[in-house]
Amino acid sequence: MTRRQPDPVQVVKQRRDAALNALVHGVPYIQFLGIGFDRRGDELTALMPFDEKLIGNPLLPALHGGATAAFLEVTAIIGLSWSILWDEIESGALDPEALAGGQMPRLPKTIGFTVDYLRSGLPRDAYARAHVARSGRRYASVHVEAWQDNRARPFAQATGHFLMPRRDG
Amino acid sequence: MGLDKTKIAEQFIEAIPHSQALGMELTEIGEGIAEIAMDYDDRFVGDPETGVIHGGAVSALMDTCCGAAAMSHPDNPGATATIDLRIDYMRPATPGQRIRAQAECYHITRSVAFVRARAIDDDPDRPVATATGTFTVEAAQ
Repeated sequence: MTRRQPDPVQVVKQRRDAALNALVHGVPYIQFLGIGFDRRGDELTALMPFDEKLIGNPLLPALHGGATAAFLEVTAIIGLSWSILWDEIESGALDPEALAGGQMPRLPKTIGFTVDYLRSGLPRDAYARAHVARSGRRYASVHVEAWQDNRARPFAQATGHFLMPRRDG
Repeated sequence: MGLDKTKIAEQFIEAIPHSQALGMELTEIGEGIAEIAMDYDDRFVGDPETGVIHGGAVSALMDTCCGAAAMSHPDNPGATATIDLRIDYMRPATPGQRIRAQAECYHITRSVAFVRARAIDDDPDRPVATATGTFTVEAAQ
């Protein structure tokens, strides 16, 4: 019995990073907010570096609730898309070059999104991780948590429901 | 709402860096009501295939507008912060069209302002999104 040799580590990494890069860089609003993603295996951490234009209360100062909400929603959508695409990225069925060339896979659509503001967002970098609580054929439910200096002290959390993209063929 | 408070609310909202970055314009403010508009902009697109604005930009608009409504309520002595905000997306906003958020602070206690809002584009009969939220009320002196 012959077993397929696993791909070399750099090929695997390149494929994953290219797919993630295409997913994130294809969306103008993610670029506008300056959000990036750090990847460890299949785990993603979103990063929103501090920028003056994210401020909502100049007197405190504090991040705008809308910037925080957008950060959480971006993290949820990318996290959910990433989890849907993971198997195709691993098998090589998804072509990262086609993705980078603008052939984006259809993204999930937000149905409802609820944000809880737990603490004032400080004028510093923010991080977030999404957890896909349920991913069905038509609907998905995702929970997101965002923090700044201390992982154990989140400044915002959110739960969203999403309409899954149609997977034809 | 007194003329002074209207003026203060207007200046306060227009001084918010994030709202400025998104090109928000306060088009109406009254006793517990507010309307804020945001022009279509390629930089705010969430789906490059369709050109539809990202939900996050609509959230920012809703949050600002709800906060303005909470702040402008006669029983609210000053600044406010969002406690929670829920947004439901009814349909994608039509690409190229301006989005207007209309918010109303429908109840207020000594500690919490309750606000609801809707977002519309050029077709006001079919809202793009609705929102409900709660906001802090500054402790009285």
